[in-house]
Amino acid sequence: MSNAEAVEKLRASLGTKVQAVGEFRGETTVRIDLSAVQEAAKLLKEIGYRTLLDLTSVDHLGEEPRFEIVYHFFAAASGELLRLKGRVTGEEPTAPSLAGVYATANWQEREAFDMMGIRFAGHPDLRRILMWEGYPFFPLRKDFPLEGKDSDAGEMAFSRRAPLEGGPFVTRPAAESGEREPRAHPAEELPEETL
Amino acid sequence: MGQTEELSYNSKIEGDVVLTTMDSAINWMRKNSLWPMPMGLACCAIELMAASCARFDIARFGAEVMRFSPRQADLLIVAGTVTYKMAYAVKRIYDQMPEPKWVIAMGACASSGGMYRSYAVLQGIDQLLPVDVYISGCPPRPEALLDGLLRIQGKIDADPSLRRLKRAA
Repeated sequence: MSNAEAVEKLRASLGTKVQAVGEFRGETTVRIDLSAVQEAAKLLKEIGYRTLLDLTSVDHLGEEPRFEIVYHFFAAASGELLRLKGRVTGEEPTAPSLAGVYATANWQEREAFDMMGIRFAGHPDLRRILMWEGYPFFPLRKDFPLEGKDSDAGEMAFSRRAPLEGGPFVTRPAAESGEREPRAHPAEELPEETL
Repeated sequence: MGQTEELSYNSKIEGDVVLTTMDSAINWMRKNSLWPMPMGLACCAIELMAASCARFDIARFGAEVMRFSPRQADLLIVAGTVTYKMAYAVKRIYDQMPEPKWVIAMGACASSGGMYRSYAVLQGIDQLLPVDVYISGCPPRPEALLDGLLRIQGKIDADPSLRRLKRAA
């Protein structure tokens, strides 16, 4: 089953919950209403996209809705990759869990919960997976400082702010690449979309 | 070195007698049979393994008995990045080691957090444990670890062990 056919099936099954379909460099992205994501995943699994390669989240701070969840499905027979995206918002952004459809979603959703604070409704065991139990923050959110925050979870663990003298140690945009790294290509040689 | 002189004592000529102080005798035994607890937490542990293999051979300095139980070890080698999640576990292991005990912070991460100026990494194990020797490097070469070990041995050599034992008793 090719991506084009899969998109047609998704449109037919989900109707208006498929919000947009995009193509970029041969990759297909389907934007959907996340309330239908379980349905979409079941359909994709049936028609050959039997691997959920990746489930991750993006924080678009300042936009509304703020969080975006990205799913990558892979069909081994055709070798094609299909990307599903959808937005969630709110203080406790919540999306339906795919753990009942793809077993791998279990830990990946726990990671998205741990790092970004996205809740997954219907998840069998939504605990932190990287940080320790009792850690009160979601460190990959854009408004979380790089140096971290002070916290104390009793006998479990503690955390303190890291010293950032000379920092913050973040990569500067490609327009400044000549200054950042003398061997890098100057900005005018770079393709526009990287700037 | 005092040690070479002791080893060069010729019992056939001078009889089976060694004159020394209790301190040097105790320290000599301690420093030449350090049993390390390898706290391998990141890539430094690979160099630690290399140091214990044939090419670098940590056994030349009597520290080849890597003990994976803290109760049988007297040298904690913290080799690698200590995350906050792991920090209390490392401290618990140190607490379980019997006295006397020493600590090596191996590599940049264990010494200062290294390149991880971030929310997840303890900025140096010396915030929780008394570190005796810091080894620089990312990761340090096995030679650097052996040098650190020799410095621990030097430190043990200068230790007033007997006085310490008396104070404890």
